[in-house]
Amino acid sequence: MKLYETVIGLEVHVELATKTKIFCGCTTAFGGAPNTHICPVCTGMPGSLPVLNKKVVEYAMAAGLACGCEITRRTKFDRKNYFYPDLPKAYQVSQLYLPICRDGKIEIETAAGKKEIGIHEIHMEEDAGKLIHDDWDDCTLIDYNRCGVPLIEIVSNPDMRSAEEAVAYLEKLRLILKYIGVSDCKMQEGALRADVNLSVREMGSTEFGTRTEMKNLNSFKAIARAIEGERKRQIEVLEYGKKVIQETRRWDDNKDTSFSMRTKEDAMDYRYFPEPDLVPVEIDEEWLTLIKEKEPELRDAKRKRYQEEYQIPAYDAGILTASKRMADLFEETIQICGKPKEVSNWLMVETMRLLKEAEQDVDDITIPPKKLAALIEMIDQGKINRTVGKEVFEHIFKEDVDPKEYVRRNGLSINQDDGRLREVIQSVIQNNPQSVSDYHSGKKKAIGYLIGQTMFYLKGKADPAKVRMLMEAEL
Amino acid sequence: MIITGETIDYVAALAKIQLSEEERLRAKKDLGEIIGYMERMNELDTTDVEPMSHAFPLSNVFREDEITNGDEREAMLLNAPNQKDGYFVVPKTVE
Repeated sequence: MKLYETVIGLEVHVELATKTKIFCGCTTAFGGAPNTHICPVCTGMPGSLPVLNKKVVEYAMAAGLACGCEITRRTKFDRKNYFYPDLPKAYQVSQLYLPICRDGKIEIETAAGKKEIGIHEIHMEEDAGKLIHDDWDDCTLIDYNRCGVPLIEIVSNPDMRSAEEAVAYLEKLRLILKYIGVSDCKMQEGALRADVNLSVREMGSTEFGTRTEMKNLNSFKAIARAIEGERKRQIEVLEYGKKVIQETRRWDDNKDTSFSMRTKEDAMDYRYFPEPDLVPVEIDEEWLTLIKEKEPELRDAKRKRYQEEYQIPAYDAGILTASKRMADLFEETIQICGKPKEVSNWLMVETMRLLKEAEQDVDDITIPPKKLAALIEMIDQGKINRTVGKEVFEHIFKEDVDPKEYVRRNGLSINQDDGRLREVIQSVIQNNPQSVSDYHSGKKKAIGYLIGQTMFYLKGKADPAKVRMLMEAEL
Repeated sequence: MIITGETIDYVAALAKIQLSEEERLRAKKDLGEIIGYMERMNELDTTDVEPMSHAFPLSNVFREDEITNGDEREAMLLNAPNQKDGYFVVPKTVE
């Protein structure tokens, strides 16, 4: 068999985090009883007129800037015509001729190293409604709540060569969009959806093979599997001496294979034309500067700064910045109590462990920075030890308790009275003659058991280092 | 561009309309005249003319991102040819 190279380009649809739809004042809230978030505009009633949501333009600009795009100064909308009941107007308002952003790039990192993926364009458009096929009554039910929710479609160049690169690109894109706050990118709610354009060619060839487009991909795993499956299918077709047909295919993740939806011969003619109901959008220098100034520090810059400014190791800085929520929590906490390494430790170790236990998403952390800072200060001042600290932390994480109040109420603060500590140590020594003689005969490890016993009697409310010091003195 | 009988059939198919033979001939004549008129425009030199994207000299008409609409389901569904459980109902779209 010959060696083949896979060529992949992605079209990513992202629902924007605006409060209202792109052309009307209906809410974009996810879910809701069917057809309770609709009005004459988003259901295409005759005589209704769309008015563009300013925030949509600003979010699209922010996304474009974060992906290094050129912003089109005079942009406008076009109608894409097709008949399908998910779009009640029988056209989708989209952008064909003058998309708002062009020619960007983002950097991805895989096991093979760093690589740039080009962004061909980003355009604004409206989402469609949801169809439910009712087998019982042999009809289709439509919920238009999602119809008119603002989308940006991010079209990459055919720069990816493997499923790994495609997933790295999607992850990077998702991270950027979440950082700048233009979308929550929840794939399970359909806020980020990808179509895969894929072709194969003989290794070394400079011409592209015939590509297919795969739709219906709603998780990174499904995308990776679909790429592998389609790559194999196309190679098999070529190895049999046949030709790949340009077509749209639907990936079925349950059957692990794709099915032809329509071929190029019956490809749709969308009859695009300028949208007469909407006036053009002009973006001047002032508006662009305003959006540029609002752009938050992105992950790559943050990761670098954490290493330089706080001496956080590269790996840790990577984890802390892997979500904006975590990075914000880190920065807000060190604003209060300093000690970046301590704060980083609590977030890296305990927080990650508890998140995993609770199967919770990192975006849903609710720990108030003030409480984490207070906990770290109590440990630092020797008021509680680390073990008790972990217990308190868990209660902050789960029940949002006040750390000082919790320690006081449960009597967890370290016994500061050396007299009481000495008494306990002396009784432990008396009750464990074997360990004591082991220690004196050179088995220095035996002291560990004696310290453990002491901590046990004190219910953990002592500083182990101090116990060791006093224990050594008594022995 | 010449408008042929096939052009009319193609456009009619895209628009999902059925034309009688008489209508088909009339559409062919009308569209032919419109395209012919446009072709005259092509004789003009438009090298330095920016393409017009809207008939009115207006730009940047926006609304703020504020919710102004509530639940109007009942009123909205009054316009539906058929409804069920709060949904619009249409003939089945898949086999």
